[in-house]
Amino acid sequence: MKYLCLVYYDEKNMQKMSQQEWDSLNQECIECVAGLTQGGHFLDGAPLLSTDTATTLRVRDNKPLITDGPFAETKEQLAGFYMLEARDMNEAIRLAEKIPPARYGCVEIRPVRELMEQNNTR
Amino acid sequence: MTQCLERARQEEGFRIGHSMPPLSVEQRITAIYRDEASRVLATLMRLFQGNFDLAEDAMQEAFIAALAQWQRDGIPDNPRAWLVSTGRFKAIDRLRKNTRLDNNLAAIADSLETQEQTLPLEDESTLEDDRLRLIFTCCHPSLSIEARVALTLREVCGLTTEAIAAAFLVPVPTLAQRIVRTKNKIRAAGIPYAVPEPHALPARLDAVLSTIYLVFNEGYSASSGCSVTQQDLSAEAIRLNRLLQSLLPHAEITGLLALMLLHDARRGGRTNADGDLIPLEEQNRSHWNRAQISEGCDLVVQALQAGPPGIYTLQAAIAAVHAEAPSAEETDWAEITGLYELLSQLSPSPIVELNRAVAVAMRDGPAAGLREMDKLKDHKALQRYHLLHAARADLFRRLGQSPQAISCYQQALEVVQQEPERRFLQQRLARLQKHS
Repeated sequence: MKYLCLVYYDEKNMQKMSQQEWDSLNQECIECVAGLTQGGHFLDGAPLLSTDTATTLRVRDNKPLITDGPFAETKEQLAGFYMLEARDMNEAIRLAEKIPPARYGCVEIRPVRELMEQNNTR
Repeated sequence: MTQCLERARQEEGFRIGHSMPPLSVEQRITAIYRDEASRVLATLMRLFQGNFDLAEDAMQEAFIAALAQWQRDGIPDNPRAWLVSTGRFKAIDRLRKNTRLDNNLAAIADSLETQEQTLPLEDESTLEDDRLRLIFTCCHPSLSIEARVALTLREVCGLTTEAIAAAFLVPVPTLAQRIVRTKNKIRAAGIPYAVPEPHALPARLDAVLSTIYLVFNEGYSASSGCSVTQQDLSAEAIRLNRLLQSLLPHAEITGLLALMLLHDARRGGRTNADGDLIPLEEQNRSHWNRAQISEGCDLVVQALQAGPPGIYTLQAAIAAVHAEAPSAEETDWAEITGLYELLSQLSPSPIVELNRAVAVAMRDGPAAGLREMDKLKDHKALQRYHLLHAARADLFRRLGQSPQAISCYQQALEVVQQEPERRFLQQRLARLQKHS
């Protein structure tokens, strides 16, 4: 099964880190991706720039509505994602435990569904 | 040999209070259903790759088939194996007839077809693992606690949806829907039918134990005697914990069993004939269940010897000190204070702090207790917790400071939720107002 692991943390806490601490956390992420790739679990993933850089778009009556920032003010913000291949939820949890920012924020694990011509799962 | 059988029969008759006529096949099947249904379901679940609906239907069909065939041919030597095998064939039949299988069911059908025609005689440990699989799946931490409770009572304990709904005071359709949604999540999210790997066990076991403890407390706090079904929940939780203990040796499983037995042992002394609550210090301790206390205390010792104590073992140790004391005054409050300190280090919470403060009051006097409680007064989580206000009221009362005590009882009454506790607080308040 495919699981999308959405990584969240409080950006303010990351801003408080020294450059060295931040680099070392990123180094850990590089190693984490290498490990997941080697195990055949890593399908895709990327870290995101901070929510300062976000734009939210809605389309209403065929017109785009564009606002600055993320769609909701929350304590923790989306910081990146990992698309993983795992046998089941238990394996997905075991893999996601190794995602370094899980120590600071949280990782939401969501099974991915397939787009189909009909009878799509809700 | 005949004498042995005769004696066993007499003892059985004695146990239920009258001599036993031989059981009819139907009665024996009912007994087998009670003892074996969750075992049969647990194994069918494994054969059907964790598909609850298929396994439940197959189990029901197997018992229906048993009712017909066993009355004619007699009960087989190994009823469980017969039921599992029959359930499996019933499911194969059903899947063959169904021409519109989704991918999931098609995969199960394929695997059932390729399995050997006769089930290999599985050893006892595989079958016991099936029961553990069922428990760990129903109590997976990816499921909400309400979902875990409902599914566990339904699938592991074999309670009907109606009984669970009645015990939790929710409408039957609400509970039925909760169970359906939970099964859907298990399937859609790929929650496997598996015993967790060793490294994941502590976190996974927490989810199981908190589920059992919630079931117990739901039955225990509803002690007003108005609802028999709710009291049954405590018994169900204890039974489930005993099962878990027999399947998986672990100190905290033993600790939780001890904790529940020790609390449950005091049930007879907790309320008077009108269903009013009696505080611990005023309870008639001869109404406590001594056999259960003795079992609970032995289990506490076992759990403590097994390694560093967890939160359930510590709470059980506290309950054991209370249970063994001849009266509130003669309780070892220093020991209780120390145990609360350990508990607070392991699992800090304002409620544990409050309990520790109560123990300090008993050890060092009401003034010392009030000083500890003053530190907690502004704690947000305790503002709406009636027991903080009630505890402060009680200490002011002991110090003879009636106006402060009255004011605290009034605060407690503003936030209390359960009816027996409200009545208790009102009586205390009325008594104080009369004397002052």
